[in-house]
Amino acid sequence: MSVTAHAHVEDHSDDHGHHHKETFVTKYIFSEDHKMISKQYLVTGLIMGFIGIAMSILFRMQLAWPGEAFPLFEAVLGKWAPGGVMDADVYLALVTIHGTIMVFFVLTAGLSGTFSNLLIPLQIGARDMASGFMNMVSYWLFFLASVIIVISLFVESGPAAAGWTVYPPLSALPMAQPGSGLGMTLWLVAMAIFIASSLLGSLNYIVTVINLRTKGMSMTRLPLTIWALFVTAIIGVISFPVLFAAALLLIMDRSFGTSFFLSDIFIQGEVLHYQGGSPVLYEHLFWFLGHPEVYIVILPAMGIVSEIMAVNARKPIFGYRAMIASILAIAFLSTIVWGHHMFISGMNPFLGSVFTFTTLLIAIPSAVKAFNWITTLWKGNLQLNPAMLFSIGMVSTFISGGLTGIILGDSTLDINVHDTYFVVAHFHLVMGISAIYGFFAGVYHWFPKMYGRMMNKNLGYVHFWITAICSYGVFFPMHFVGMAGVPRRYYENTAFPMFDDLADVQILMTVFAIIAALVQLVFCYNFIKSMFYGKKAEQNPWQATSLEWTTPVEHIHGNWPGAIPEVHRWAYDYSKTHENGEYIIPGQDYVPQTIPLQKDEEELQH
Amino acid sequence: MTPLLTIIVLILVAIAIWQMTKIFELSQIKTDNSQIANDKDNKYNGYLMFGFLIFIYALTIFSFWKYSKVLLPEAASEHGEEYDSLMLVSFIIIFFVQTLTQGLLHYFAFKYRGEKGRKALFFADNDRLEFIWTIIPVIVLSGLILWGLYAWTNIMDINDEDDPITIELYAQQFSWTARYAGDDNVLGDANVRMIDIDNANILGIDMADPNAADDVIVREIHLPVGRKVNFKMRSQDVLHSAYMPHFRAQMNCVPGMITQFSFTPTITTAEMRQKPDVVDKVKGINKQRAERAAKGEDNTDPWEFDYILLCNKICGKSHYNMQMKIIVETEEEYNKWMAEQKSFGESMASVQ
Repeated sequence: MSVTAHAHVEDHSDDHGHHHKETFVTKYIFSEDHKMISKQYLVTGLIMGFIGIAMSILFRMQLAWPGEAFPLFEAVLGKWAPGGVMDADVYLALVTIHGTIMVFFVLTAGLSGTFSNLLIPLQIGARDMASGFMNMVSYWLFFLASVIIVISLFVESGPAAAGWTVYPPLSALPMAQPGSGLGMTLWLVAMAIFIASSLLGSLNYIVTVINLRTKGMSMTRLPLTIWALFVTAIIGVISFPVLFAAALLLIMDRSFGTSFFLSDIFIQGEVLHYQGGSPVLYEHLFWFLGHPEVYIVILPAMGIVSEIMAVNARKPIFGYRAMIASILAIAFLSTIVWGHHMFISGMNPFLGSVFTFTTLLIAIPSAVKAFNWITTLWKGNLQLNPAMLFSIGMVSTFISGGLTGIILGDSTLDINVHDTYFVVAHFHLVMGISAIYGFFAGVYHWFPKMYGRMMNKNLGYVHFWITAICSYGVFFPMHFVGMAGVPRRYYENTAFPMFDDLADVQILMTVFAIIAALVQLVFCYNFIKSMFYGKKAEQNPWQATSLEWTTPVEHIHGNWPGAIPEVHRWAYDYSKTHENGEYIIPGQDYVPQTIPLQKDEEELQH
Repeated sequence: MTPLLTIIVLILVAIAIWQMTKIFELSQIKTDNSQIANDKDNKYNGYLMFGFLIFIYALTIFSFWKYSKVLLPEAASEHGEEYDSLMLVSFIIIFFVQTLTQGLLHYFAFKYRGEKGRKALFFADNDRLEFIWTIIPVIVLSGLILWGLYAWTNIMDINDEDDPITIELYAQQFSWTARYAGDDNVLGDANVRMIDIDNANILGIDMADPNAADDVIVREIHLPVGRKVNFKMRSQDVLHSAYMPHFRAQMNCVPGMITQFSFTPTITTAEMRQKPDVVDKVKGINKQRAERAAKGEDNTDPWEFDYILLCNKICGKSHYNMQMKIIVETEEEYNKWMAEQKSFGESMASVQ
């Protein structure tokens, strides 16, 4: 009987690739294979990340040495840095595009796109995504959006410069700032395409996780990566369409004279015709996506960290069900807290009370997650691979950044730190750095799966430790800048003598930022070199239990050469022993998911 | 020149690190090349984890020691006192949790670093532990939420009790204007459609409104100490935010609607200038300015402490320099200043 079943599956997998020859175009460019699409996302995300980080260095230099002339500025910014002195408009453009690229293009598409595509089919035991074609379209729409946002940098009047939240009226009126001309149009077009890409991807992830799990892979046997990526996709589907609506209405206001967000405006000597709209409406629509968006960014990192920590601690993740429950709780709460970005926007203060309440609730599942990670380390046998270091680093920055959320989420305390550098420090630690750490952890851990080779661990260690020190070096002192009352998005602080004594803090932060950016080059070097010259990977280098490590090192379309393996246990049977203290499989401290329960072994109710 | 040197130093440091890793790598070729952490890696990185914990604590202590002086002075408004207490309590909780959790995280990473033959403990869950660390945040956060909501409701309850002064803050790219409601304490109606620059009606005040004639338009806010002020915010073009950090006050200015904020100033500008931490801050900044003046740089006039209103919502090119001075003074000083101002009606009459 098993022979016929086997033959059937074999036949099915053959449909995928062996019969018709693959050309360069179908294999590397318009590929429908999830592993190739994941690599496309990764490389595109890394290139966008390079642009985003480079921009941050430019404006950090301006902040540390305001008004100073740098040949670098003139070389990169051209006419926007006459004589090497950065122009105030282009400063705003840099912070805007830095935010947009990092949040959407790197941490949404680069992180979730890469690992959803790679891990969902491999870890649930599927041959590919539910729809390979949709998956391919999703990537190419993302690519198109990336190209448009990069092109917008070269527009005569400059790229969008109204902050990454692009609040109207500033973003709606070209006379309010030059970046609100063609640059903003391109920004909106890029975002609209990006949203379409994200929706296609997310729907595909959801369908795949629900329908294509292999035999025995119940929802409570899924690795936490899959849970996180699955729930991320759901929040994306719920919230991204609302941003699409906001972008569409903004396009209408800009180009067709409607008044959804605009009213009573007098600018450059004349009254505009707009009446009856409200910028506060835009803020609601934007943050209805914008807040879930930060969880879209951080949840995949959390899933990746949970998985990598368990593998490298040689222990099951502590509180598997609590981890799932907290992911679900965070996802649910994330959709009803958006108003905490708007406490002082002019919305009804009663709403502020409601949003304070829901916002502080979200600290509870977050705290549960942090404590569970710490307990996972307790009494482990920690294999401190670079991926593990980044995972521990992620927990550290998530705690440091998350705790200050208690202040910002409290409507009262928000009054005086709103829109100051305190906010910048908070979200960079809790979602920026943490998500980037999750991303790096994932790359180091699954690089052997992606490219069949190992990354160099020593370069990985250098990368981690310098990055870890510099991240705190940049963002810890930044809290003090915010508490001193320095607003964000200021081109320079010299117009206020009361901020003079912060000059040396600014220089300190910038120096750390520059070192941190430079050390990312070590990662780039390691990544590219290992891709071609790295040591050949074994099939299961980290001795992990999950299904992706049962596939051959060489990629094949359809993932498993024979039948899809059946799953008999959850993904975290590390160091599980019989009552006599012997490992379940003698001499091996892990039990792959494909191994049936042994005699007298108990499947615990996790 | 300094920045260039700094950049060169940084590049050299980067090259040094790169070369060092290369040497490190070359020296390791003979041993183990699996690229998977071995006992030696676990040991070194375990110790580094412990070192990193010390780094975090040291950075915290250093920042407090070095940067406490840059923080805002004590709150100069009535609700600001409660704001500061809530902030202090929140910070104590945060630092307690931060010290504890970072300690555990990095100490465990150090203590349980991998060794060949060590057996990890199969510890998948424990309901009691998880209950404890769910319920503790619930209790602590409930306290913070209740206190925060109580304070918020009080701050946001803007009413006409206690005879407040009504002042309009009017925002435009890139300056502030203030309008006092005058003797009747009622602001005249206004709308951007009534702006008439040629006739000096820059705020679009309705000249037909009888409440408008006694309004007073100024470029500098004066407030009598101890008297409640109700601010009404308006913007004529894009979003702005009226941020008065010393009073723990902020509210966005939104075109098309009137937003409001209210506070009672408690410390006059003159008193604030005498506070020891303010004196220190001013002294420190003026020393820096004197040093820069000696080098022949601009913007180095000695500074005197003043309350200030800043724009705190990105509003365009000169967002970074949109400010207005606020002066808190005694009732007599305030009355004297107010008597010198021209009312809207008077200035319109003088134009026509």
